[in-house]
Amino acid sequence: MATLATAFPRTLPQTRMLGASFSWWLLIAPAVILMLAFYAFPLAEVLWISVTEPQPGFGNYERLLTSAALQRVWTTTLRICVITTAITLVAGYVVAYALVSAPPRLQRWMFVCVLLPLWISVLVRAFAWVTLLRSQGVVNQALLSLGVIDQPLRLIWNEFGIAVGMVHYMIPYAVLPLYASMRDIDPRLVPAARGLGATRLEAFRRVFLPLTLPGIVAATVLVFIFSLGFYVTPAILGGGRTLMVAEYIKLQILDLIRWGVGTMMATTLLVAVVVVLAIFARIVDFRRLFGSRH
Amino acid sequence: MAALQHSLTVRHLAKHYGQTRAVDDVTLTIERGEFVTLLGPSGSGKTTILMAIAGFVQPTAGDILLDETPITPLPPERRNFGMVFQGYALFPHMTVAENVSFPLRVRNVARADAERRVAEALDLVQLGHLRDRRPSQLSGGQQQRVALARALVFQPALLLLDEPLSALDKKLRAELQVELKALHRRVGLTFIYVTHDQEEALSMSDSIAILRDGRLVQHGPPGVLYECPATRFVADFLGKSNFLAGRILERQQDGFTYAVDGARFVQAGRAPAGEDVLIALRPEKIGIAASGEAAPNTVEGTIIAWSYFGTSFALVVQTAAAGRLQVTVPAWRCPVEPAEGRRVRLAWTADASVPVVPD
Repeated sequence: MATLATAFPRTLPQTRMLGASFSWWLLIAPAVILMLAFYAFPLAEVLWISVTEPQPGFGNYERLLTSAALQRVWTTTLRICVITTAITLVAGYVVAYALVSAPPRLQRWMFVCVLLPLWISVLVRAFAWVTLLRSQGVVNQALLSLGVIDQPLRLIWNEFGIAVGMVHYMIPYAVLPLYASMRDIDPRLVPAARGLGATRLEAFRRVFLPLTLPGIVAATVLVFIFSLGFYVTPAILGGGRTLMVAEYIKLQILDLIRWGVGTMMATTLLVAVVVVLAIFARIVDFRRLFGSRH
Repeated sequence: MAALQHSLTVRHLAKHYGQTRAVDDVTLTIERGEFVTLLGPSGSGKTTILMAIAGFVQPTAGDILLDETPITPLPPERRNFGMVFQGYALFPHMTVAENVSFPLRVRNVARADAERRVAEALDLVQLGHLRDRRPSQLSGGQQQRVALARALVFQPALLLLDEPLSALDKKLRAELQVELKALHRRVGLTFIYVTHDQEEALSMSDSIAILRDGRLVQHGPPGVLYECPATRFVADFLGKSNFLAGRILERQQDGFTYAVDGARFVQAGRAPAGEDVLIALRPEKIGIAASGEAAPNTVEGTIIAWSYFGTSFALVVQTAAAGRLQVTVPAWRCPVEPAEGRRVRLAWTADASVPVVPD
C-alpha cells in the first residue's frame, strides 16, 4: 500500500473512509460491489419476502411457534446435526490422531485417503450409500446371508441413513482442524507427562486433550454449521420422509410455491448459524482459531 | 537425604532398529548420589540409553536395575524418575505452579501437602514469584528451572536430564551449569545427564561415560578421562589432542623411547605391547622453549596460523618430524610474538603425553 500512496502523492489526496485510505477502497471495490449485488441484495430480498408474503407482517414467523410440522422439521434438523457432529468429531479425532502419529511417508497416503472423498461429487457419494444401505444393498445382503438378521434392516430413508451419509461427508472437515491443532503439540509433552507419573489415559486427558481443544471447537463449529444447511445428502438418503431444513425450504419454494414460509425458514437458518457462531465466539477467539492471530 | 539415593546398573543393554545398533552391549554402573554424564556425538546412543532408563524405549536386550531391582519391564509412569527433557516439555496450557504440581496431582497427593511441596520446589529453583505465569511468558533459563522443579517435586528416585542446557546461550549455560551442580549437592539425588558438550560434561560431572556408535568407550572421573584417555577418540572428543604415530625404539623401566619420522621422543609410563604406538599430546601441554634450552622432547617448526582468545594463543605449527601440531600458550607473557612464518621451538615433558589405542 505504501508504494501506491507514494506513487500518487498529489493526485490522490489521502482521504480516509472507515479508517482506510481511498486507494485501499479502490482495490477492494470490485469484490465489494460483487458481494453487494449478488449476495447482500438477494439476502435482503429473502428477508423482505419472509415478512411480506403472503401478506405483510410476521405471520410466517408466528407459524414457527404454532405449526407442529415446522417445529418437527427444526427438531429433526437439530437432532441430526448434533448426532452427526458428535460422531464426526469422535471419528475425526481418531483419524487425525492416526495421521499425526504416522511416519511421514504413510502420512501422505493417509492424507490422500482423507481428502479423496472431497473430490468426488457429494451426489455420487450419496447414491453410493443408497446402493450400500438399501434393502437389497450390499450390507443387508451380507447380513442376511450370514444369518445375522431374518429380514432387511431399514438403513436408509430415515435419520440413520442421513447421519451415515453426513458423517462420511463431514469427516475431512473435522480432521483438518483437529490435525492442525495436534500437529502443533510438542511430541515430548505426552512422554513428559508419563515420565512424571501419569498413565497413558491420564496423560491424554490432562495434557493432549486440553491442548487439542481449539481444534475440537473449530471442528465442531465447522461441522455443525455445515450440517445445519445440508441439502443433497439428506434429500437423497432421507428419501423425502425425513425432512431437514434445507430440503424443506426447497420444497416450499420450488414445489409448493410458498415463498413466504420458505424464506422465513431460510432466515431462521441464517439466524441459527449466526447464533451458533456467536455462542462459540464467546468461548474461543475465532481469529486465533482460524490462524489470523497467534 | 541419603535414604533417597539410589544406584542404577545397566547390564549388556542393546537397542537395535532393524540393522542399526543404536546401543550395543553397554554395561554401566552409576553409584548412589553420583552426577553422571553420558557424553558422545549425535548418534552415539546416549539419548537412547537415557530413554531406556526412563522407560520410553524398550531395549532389545539387557537389563536395567535400580539398586538390585530390575525395572526393565516397567512403564515410565511406574519408575518414579524425574526427567528434564530437551526443550523442557513444559505444559503450555498450565501455569508454572500447575506444571510443578502435575506429578503430585496424578499421584493424588492431598491438596495442602501438594501446595506446600510445590512452594518448596519453586523456592529450590528461586521461581516462587513466577508461579502464576504461563511457560510462554518465561525466559529460557526460567523454563529450564520450572522443568527442574517439576522433575524434583515428587521426590524421584533419580533425575534424568536430556541436554537441558542446549537451547540456551553460552553465558546463561555457564551460569546454569554452576546452579545445577549446586542443586545436585543440595538435593543429593543421583543425576544422569546427557550432553554432547564436552565442556559441560567436564565442569559438572562426578563421572563421565563416553559413548561412540552405541558403545561405551570409557567411563571414569573427568580428570582421569582427560589426563589418561584410553583411545584416540576419547583424546580427541574430550578436549583437543595432537597425535603422533611412532615406532617404539627402546623400553625402560618407567618409560620408552619412540621415533616419529626419524625424530626421537621419550614417553613416561608403561609401553603398550607391539612396535607401533600412538601418542596423544594436548595442545596446552606443549611449551615454547628458547633455543638451546634443554628439554626431554623438542621439535622445531614454523607457525602457519594463529588465533587469539584473550587468555591464550592457539598456534598451528608445521614441524618436520611431528607434522602439524596445535599448540595453546597462555597469552599473558607469551615468550614469542605469534606471527605467520615465525620459527619456534616446541618442547614437552615425557609425562605430558599419553599413549592411546588407535580406533
